[in-house]
Amino acid sequence: MFRKLLKRTQLALRQLMKEKTRLAIAIAGIAFADLLMFVQLGFEGALYDAAIKPHRSLQADLVLINPQLQTLFAVKSFPRERLQQALSYEGVESVSPLYFATGQWRNPETRLSRAILVWGVDPARPAFKSSEVTQNLDSLKQLDQVLFDRASRPEYGAIGEWFKRDGSVETDLNGKVVKVKGLFTNGASFAADGNVIASDSTFLQLFRDRKPELIEVGLITLKPGTDLEKVRSELIAGLPNDVKVLTTEGFAQIEKEYWANGTGIGFIFGLGVGVGFIVGIVIVYQILYADVSDHLPEYATLKAMGYTDRYLLGVLIQEALLLAILGYIPGLILSLGLYQLAYAATLLPIVMTLERSISVFILTIVMCSASGAVAMRKLRSADPADVF
Amino acid sequence: MHFGTSAPIISVQTLNHYFGEDNLRKQVLFDINLEINAGEIVIMTGPSGSGKTTLLSLMGGLRSAQEGSMKILSQEMCGASKDRLTQLRLNIGYIFQAHNLMTFLTVKENVRMSLELHDEMFNQDMDAKSIEMLEAVGLGDRAEYFPEKLSGGQKQRVAIARALISQPKIVLADEPTAALDKKSGRDVVELMQKLAKERNCTILLVTHDNRILDIADRIINMEDGRLVDAS
Repeated sequence: MFRKLLKRTQLALRQLMKEKTRLAIAIAGIAFADLLMFVQLGFEGALYDAAIKPHRSLQADLVLINPQLQTLFAVKSFPRERLQQALSYEGVESVSPLYFATGQWRNPETRLSRAILVWGVDPARPAFKSSEVTQNLDSLKQLDQVLFDRASRPEYGAIGEWFKRDGSVETDLNGKVVKVKGLFTNGASFAADGNVIASDSTFLQLFRDRKPELIEVGLITLKPGTDLEKVRSELIAGLPNDVKVLTTEGFAQIEKEYWANGTGIGFIFGLGVGVGFIVGIVIVYQILYADVSDHLPEYATLKAMGYTDRYLLGVLIQEALLLAILGYIPGLILSLGLYQLAYAATLLPIVMTLERSISVFILTIVMCSASGAVAMRKLRSADPADVF
Repeated sequence: MHFGTSAPIISVQTLNHYFGEDNLRKQVLFDINLEINAGEIVIMTGPSGSGKTTLLSLMGGLRSAQEGSMKILSQEMCGASKDRLTQLRLNIGYIFQAHNLMTFLTVKENVRMSLELHDEMFNQDMDAKSIEMLEAVGLGDRAEYFPEKLSGGQKQRVAIARALISQPKIVLADEPTAALDKKSGRDVVELMQKLAKERNCTILLVTHDNRILDIADRIINMEDGRLVDAS
């Protein structure tokens, strides 16, 4: 059966290849539609990834949060004693509190203040996985010393550069003078254009209205080899329901969910993908329709010779799928280039994922098949009795 | 000639055909009776609009016959389903006024398309068979050309090769010489005649062209949807 297929004259391919210009336009059109979809999905993914990067870099197995916490910029706290209670559970090795709040960072050069996300950590225990943070924990032990995120937006000042040059940078954070004693890398996101890490004592000094017994995140580290889900369900059952017990990934998903569904962002990018998809359908439809119209007498002749409708529909579908594949490849390559450009310009973590490349490929196939299905109506009018 | 003993290959009795529906229904064929035997070459003439092409398209399985009886290759085609019409077309070679070759295929591939309709051909060398057929119509050296490079007469010869290669019992030709000059038109019909006689193939040819009437074994005439006796 398959050998027979190979021996057949490849009508679809031959027909596409005959009209080189038309083929080139079709490929360009599909590549453009794919590019649109890739860019939209890429930015969407990058913005979500940036928003949940701090969550994912937390050094913890489980976290406690206020059940009402949805995003980092709307602070919700819970009693610190829940964390102490968690310590008594089987399998829990250590716990540490994490504070965060939005402060005002003054650019030492322009003297302009800008909101920045400030994290308060226990300097005795690493709260973040980053080795740069862990190594510099000691310098946080002294009051009013902080670590600065070098991937913050440039509006905060070229802190990284000055730090490397002078070994220390002084500026004003929330009305208090602080010294930058180290750098780490996280990056800007929706919630914060930049990040600062301070010790919990410094944090409480910077934010006078905050009480030490109310914290934002409780970090729980388990003993090696402990069943994470088991401890989690025990904690959920045992602790009062003014806290939520999550994995760090679960915590990240809450933030992502907030941006995806609680704001217009998910819709806007979805719309962008939809537009790309429709552009693709229109282009492929135009090409297939023109092809069928031009070759109507030939198609009718094939029918008169004894070829079935099904065979001709098969040819049309093959054409659509060939176009999908031929257009997808340059679309993917162009998108990779554009991702590089976008990364360089925005510092957003915009990367091609296997998942995204597969889903755009599937969208392309669907797009081309849908156009093929519409063009089929024209093909049915190739009635040999009417054409001659 | 030596036909007449076997059953006729085409047998039409009291065939009526209508176009349109309800109030707009218009009869185009009236009480057609016609028998054509194996190996016969029949030419059908008549003014435009007399129903020649309609009758041809019924015999070729391009339309379904409505009323009366029409047996093609001993099969009743009146009221036949779409699938049976498609099946019938496999046994019929069609030659149109326009050559209708696929512009995106070479001459050889155009002829090959006709072979690919028959499953048993896939075990054979279809390319060799196609070239052999093209040699028979005098175009062996043009096998790899695209149709646009050929003259009108050559294209029509390719169409003949395509129609005859799968050894159809019947060839239906609708004004095959209309688009050709006198010389090439003559060549084309003589070629058809020669190949048909070699393969014992029946030809029904519709034409306005008086110059080619002499190749026919029999001439029938159609006027206003009725067959009238030709001299």
